[in-house]
Amino acid sequence: MITKRIIPCLDVRDGQVVKGKNFTDLRELCSPAELAERYSREGADELVFYDITASHEGRKLFTDILRETARRVFIPLTVGGGISQLADFERVLDCGADKVSVNSGAIRDPDLIAQAARRYGDQCVVLSVDARRTASGYRVFAKGGREDTGLDAIAWIRRGVALGAGEIVLNSIDTDGVKGGFDLEMLSAVCQAVSVPVIASGGAGCAEDFLTLFRTLPRVDAGLAASVFHYGQVEIRTLKASLKSAGIPVREVEI
Amino acid sequence: MIAIVDYGVGNLFSLQSSLAAIGQTAQVTGDPDALLRADRVILPGVGAFGDAADKLRTTGLAESVILAARAGKPLLGICLGMQLLLERGTEYGVHPGLGLIPGEVRPIAETISPQAKIPHIGWNALRFPENRSPLFRGVKDGDFVYFVHSFHGVTDKAWVAATVDYWGTLTAAVQRENVCGCQFHPEKSGEVGLRVLRAFCEEGALW
Repeated sequence: MITKRIIPCLDVRDGQVVKGKNFTDLRELCSPAELAERYSREGADELVFYDITASHEGRKLFTDILRETARRVFIPLTVGGGISQLADFERVLDCGADKVSVNSGAIRDPDLIAQAARRYGDQCVVLSVDARRTASGYRVFAKGGREDTGLDAIAWIRRGVALGAGEIVLNSIDTDGVKGGFDLEMLSAVCQAVSVPVIASGGAGCAEDFLTLFRTLPRVDAGLAASVFHYGQVEIRTLKASLKSAGIPVREVEI
Repeated sequence: MIAIVDYGVGNLFSLQSSLAAIGQTAQVTGDPDALLRADRVILPGVGAFGDAADKLRTTGLAESVILAARAGKPLLGICLGMQLLLERGTEYGVHPGLGLIPGEVRPIAETISPQAKIPHIGWNALRFPENRSPLFRGVKDGDFVYFVHSFHGVTDKAWVAATVDYWGTLTAAVQRENVCGCQFHPEKSGEVGLRVLRAFCEEGALW
């Protein structure tokens, strides 16, 4: 049976891993490659490297950090942030990324999804969506959650999958940074809309939040989080052991 | 020397790094002659079957891979590289493969329950037939490896070296003597994947 994935997200800024609440208040933490290696050892199933400033400041990802990580860590790496053209795919795939996550770049040019899927395969293209509740339903926000695009989140995700996105990361701005659990309602709506893997993001505050996620929504494939792992509130090995004892299929690594 | 076939597809950097991690030096090469000089050949690949098969042929690499295999050199196909070992692919039309192992590449949707999500992405458990290939000597039945695919190899069970359960049974590895292939990514499957690569690179019988 396929296992549920636990995915730490490393927000990289100026070569450091950072975590901010609701996309602001950036704080420096430590070396991405070292942290990635530690998470891999503890049983992370995949890692996401995000350049959180790239989408609004045009910063390029630090590809040397990516290379350094890919040299040491042998689990899948997804890279996002500032991906706006096919050349950006090429740049990060050459440095050891396996999947590329598009967000604002795909909103500006949806054909980027189709072009990338044709060239690198659907499995390579992850559509990452920052969404928030509004009076008119779930809406897609851009620029790190600051700008309402006017797009309906469910319709956009459906379109992204039709264009060739092989996976969806749904980040609920409403629950992000609050540490009160994942946005089960929004995730449920997305799972009903598409048949590709869905990764839940935003809101994890403790190990129980992951258990609730997978129990309530068996169609969710993975849980993504940053600060609970970075600050040690959730230790991946312990998390997986508790998921396993609750009957959730997970991959455990030998010590 | 291990040659990694470079025909413009796949994450070769990770593959090379994983080999380095187990103390092996690999040369990434698009030179057909270099494959003939190598002791072992790895054929990676992601993307569409037809495009990849065309690229292998137009570069002359297909012929070298076949010659290397016929000369008895251990050959390992990974993901699309495994699929290319078979006789044909059926993604966007029918395309001839390298034909080193009988069988064809079919959509996994034909085999598994319609409830299943496609692509099959994530960590899943390997299942081995009774007569386990030496390629998997370091791996236990039920060990997890990383899969990303929508197609798989359909072949006689004589050539199936491992399967994986995903709303049905899919081919996870194939082998015919010195020619072997993994549908999963050993270079992205943590310690278990490194053990598969180690078994492939070590001296000693592969079958």
